[in-house]
Amino acid sequence: MSIAEILETMEYGPAPESDKEARAWIRSLGGETRLFIGGSFRKAKSGESFPTMSPATGEVLVRVAAAGSSDVDAAVKAAAKAQPAWAKLSGHARARYLYALARLIQRHSRLFAVVETLDNGKPIRETRDIDIPLVARHFYHHAGWAQLMESELADRTALGVCGQIIPWNFPLLMLAWKVAPAIALGNTVVLKPAEYTSLTALLFAEMCQKAGLPPGVVNIVTGDGRTGEAIVEHPGIAKIAFTGSTDVGRLIRAATAGSGKSLTLELGGKSPFIVFDDADCDAAVEGVVDAIWFNQGQVCCAGSRLLVQESVHDRFVGKLKARMETLRVGDPLDKAIDIGAIVHPVQLERIKQLVATGVEEGAVLHQPGTSLPEGGCFYPPTLLLGVQPSATVSRVEIFGPVATVMTFRTPAEAVELANNTEFGLAASVWSETLSLATDIAAKLRCGVVWVNGTNMFDAAVGFGGYKESGFGREGGREGLSAYTRPKWQARARAEALAPVLPPVSDFPAGAGLDRTAKLYVGGKQMRPDGGYSRSVVSPAGAFLGEVGEGNRKDIRNAVEAARKASSWASASEHARAQILYYIAENLEARAGEFADRLASMTGRRRQEGLREVAASVSRLFAYGAWADKFDGAVHRPPMRGVALAMNEPVGILGIAPPEERGLLGLVSTLAPAIAMGNRVVILPSTSEVLAATDFYQVLDTSDVPAGVVNIVTGLRAPLARELAAHAEVDGLWWFGDAATARTIEVASVSNVKQVWAETLQRDWYSALEGEGREFLTRATQVKNIWLPYGE
Amino acid sequence: MNVAGPLRLAPFAGRPHPDNPGTAFSLDPVEAVRVNLSASERRVASLGGRRTVKKDWQAAWLVRAIECIDLTTLAGDDTEGRVQRLAAKAMRPLRPDIQATLGLSGRRVTTGAVCVYHRFVRAAVEALEGSGIPVAAVSTGFPAGLSPLSTRLAEIEASVADGAREIDIVITREHVLRGDWRALYDEIRACKAACGPAHMKTILGTGDLQTLRNVARASWVAMMAGSDFIKTSTGKEAVNATLPVTLTMLRAIRDYRALTGHLVGYKPAGGISTAKDALTYLSLVKEELGGDWLQPNLFRFGASSLLADIERQLEHHVTGGYAAFSHHGMA
Repeated sequence: MSIAEILETMEYGPAPESDKEARAWIRSLGGETRLFIGGSFRKAKSGESFPTMSPATGEVLVRVAAAGSSDVDAAVKAAAKAQPAWAKLSGHARARYLYALARLIQRHSRLFAVVETLDNGKPIRETRDIDIPLVARHFYHHAGWAQLMESELADRTALGVCGQIIPWNFPLLMLAWKVAPAIALGNTVVLKPAEYTSLTALLFAEMCQKAGLPPGVVNIVTGDGRTGEAIVEHPGIAKIAFTGSTDVGRLIRAATAGSGKSLTLELGGKSPFIVFDDADCDAAVEGVVDAIWFNQGQVCCAGSRLLVQESVHDRFVGKLKARMETLRVGDPLDKAIDIGAIVHPVQLERIKQLVATGVEEGAVLHQPGTSLPEGGCFYPPTLLLGVQPSATVSRVEIFGPVATVMTFRTPAEAVELANNTEFGLAASVWSETLSLATDIAAKLRCGVVWVNGTNMFDAAVGFGGYKESGFGREGGREGLSAYTRPKWQARARAEALAPVLPPVSDFPAGAGLDRTAKLYVGGKQMRPDGGYSRSVVSPAGAFLGEVGEGNRKDIRNAVEAARKASSWASASEHARAQILYYIAENLEARAGEFADRLASMTGRRRQEGLREVAASVSRLFAYGAWADKFDGAVHRPPMRGVALAMNEPVGILGIAPPEERGLLGLVSTLAPAIAMGNRVVILPSTSEVLAATDFYQVLDTSDVPAGVVNIVTGLRAPLARELAAHAEVDGLWWFGDAATARTIEVASVSNVKQVWAETLQRDWYSALEGEGREFLTRATQVKNIWLPYGE
Repeated sequence: MNVAGPLRLAPFAGRPHPDNPGTAFSLDPVEAVRVNLSASERRVASLGGRRTVKKDWQAAWLVRAIECIDLTTLAGDDTEGRVQRLAAKAMRPLRPDIQATLGLSGRRVTTGAVCVYHRFVRAAVEALEGSGIPVAAVSTGFPAGLSPLSTRLAEIEASVADGAREIDIVITREHVLRGDWRALYDEIRACKAACGPAHMKTILGTGDLQTLRNVARASWVAMMAGSDFIKTSTGKEAVNATLPVTLTMLRAIRDYRALTGHLVGYKPAGGISTAKDALTYLSLVKEELGGDWLQPNLFRFGASSLLADIERQLEHHVTGGYAAFSHHGMA
């Protein structure tokens, strides 16, 4: 085309990024990649490999080694060998390595960007301007945490070897999110990149060599799902961190059940993008571009459900359609392309099928006149209009450049629609009214809320989901607990006690007035649904009383009561603290009675009982104190604005306190949970159960709102399993035997709830072991609200 | 010398043109304005990474940038001689050998206009005679615009009488800062009437208005009052044209067109001095308003030093070597 002709059309023309250096690097791999184990590249013992292709063209770039279980084993051994010395290094020494990695990534940033674009298909604009700079930023930020670990995390220590499995949508960025915090805090890693996108991880491995990272600190094993399985099942691994689909997350949860491995999952999303009538409409339209047409919509937190206030729907959609016409789809190596290639034909097919389903179910399809390149995996930007909340495309994660559009009438309805999903990863709120935007941000059940923005990420700000979008945070201070544990846990500890249960039978009634200990549900004493009771006997065999034998219907009722008590979450921290103090006051007033009860159930002296009551009163005070002090953080990402890291309650928590210390164990688990605004269903100790049934009388007199605390007595293991399987229960704490821990971890896949299963005993009297941040962290999930500002 | 091909005297005739009669005054669009600063900044910050033109496309876009320049001199020491030099450059902004190598010998490449103070309108008109290049005058007590309205209107009429085909007026910023939208509307309406057949470009003084919200509201009032172009700055404010301000004004133009069907042109002025800046502005205009706006009937740069940088870039394009300022005739 001549310059004179271009002057007529004023089109953009091609602007190709050179792939010369990237291809030279790929050629240097010699046709088949190697695994990075113990600091050197080696051939996979499995002898297997698979091709990785460039989705923009379908061309095979290179064959990738498929690590088998013996390869994974070698990697774990290398990581285990390296870990103690790595953790023992000073924080400063580790910081220097992370700093070197950050600098190396910056120095080779264009090579990383072009290799990523070739392998993944995302536009060079994104890899160059977003992915790779964020990778470097993540290593810088975590070099800082390595440096500060000794002072800021003085009571915590590394977990050990971490198995990390990452997805194909942000290959190198997800590697950084996993590797940087893990190694900063003294762990070593075995990381598996996604099958479709292994190359930048191998380039990163070369940087580890250049940085002189000690062999074994970072190990990269490429492969498919079987490689991932070998990592998940390897007994030498202390922790699994996974980012990917909710389905695979469930498999990993089930596979690691009972293994004692700690687990964080960053799963799918169906994030709402809410446009109010007072939004900057053009800014919101541009927000949609960044929400769902960023990375071809293959983003777990993509704003894929547009919720638009009815009064501005037509105007907004009109502007959005006009904007879609100017989106450029094409060769991802072109510097003026908005939308590149879908990662793989399999994914492209899934997108096509889901859109077809959407149309079958009544959605109106809108796609712009944009031309698509011949060949390669391309899909146009797409809107599905007039979608109902019940439609498949409203509920299922499409993971493509497809947004659904729905309307709402009021802010309350917007929140209801936004939360009407099994996911809870992110949300975007568009309004120029501060009070409205912040109110909505507070009410959304998700881990990240962007106000007047979308898809903003930073190493200083935690990222992660609520509900079935997973648990655990990556980034910020809140991300550190996922890669550390309390130091005291290193001491030798006994297995948790298994309950010794008397049969359901009739002991002779003792002297005195007969008392019926009931279940406590919705603020009322309830007879058990099944109509059975179980005896409580002293260690010496004396009959102490009978308690109701709860069953699954009692669990259902208790959860329902807890659900209705949702206003507890929004009660002020001061109000919650007052109730905790009031419980303490009323407990102390009955100290003698509780001491006698504990003595009768344990056979210990009354003095010991008085000590336990006193410790329980102190613990209630502790959480009364914490209620308005575990208050989150203000993060400062590199923008004009702040991100508010809010500690929010998990929701409805099932809690099985330890068998031992029937009162102190109960209070130590109950109090942090309700202090942070959770509603709880308690499965109390079976051998010391009467402490719990006496305790509801204390609750009754302490202004605890109905449904905030529910107590179901009975056989704990099956009741805990019911709670684990109940999809309305958001989290479950199990202090008890390992076999039950395994069962409930398997059952928890129902809604991917957070399970805290501890099968070793702790010293409940100790403030270090029985109280404080460890409990508060478990009782909360962090929501980060991004608030850019400026007029 | 290149003489190949017939000269195209009016390459932009027949293209869309501002035809803004304005509308009755209404507060509704002014009050409906919502502009989010951070989102606007993100949009323009990512644009440089989203859009680029290379090789022949870049050369063509730079030629178009020249064709959109209001080649300007607005200094206290201006003289007729200075204005004549400027006019000569406006008529032949590109060295003939470069123009030939670009394959544009047959095209009459000129700047969009020459922009001067009222005092030099006549000199400019004479110097540009036969070129078809319009003269633009800044004629309302430029740059503060605080002389009596009657004086300002008389100045406009005098400039038009001297042959100015375009009048760049400045608004009373006080009206914006005090939210006196009706007064602003009436003032601009009066100027429009005084312009008669001349095209009116309304300078908002965006650096003085400070906020994007103010910029958007002032843009709306200026368009309702019949401005054919809206323009950012006099070049004399502390902050001149910026990309976020441009984004805001372009979106106002787009919404105004959607509401009324009328086309309004856009002119960023002040501080745009590099070829790279010019390309970014052109791509922002193309993205927000569409390709129709990428021609001098609807888009102008108010600039004095931009042309020299574009010439050097075009020389680099045709020779492959980096150029010296002294190799190009100065304005």
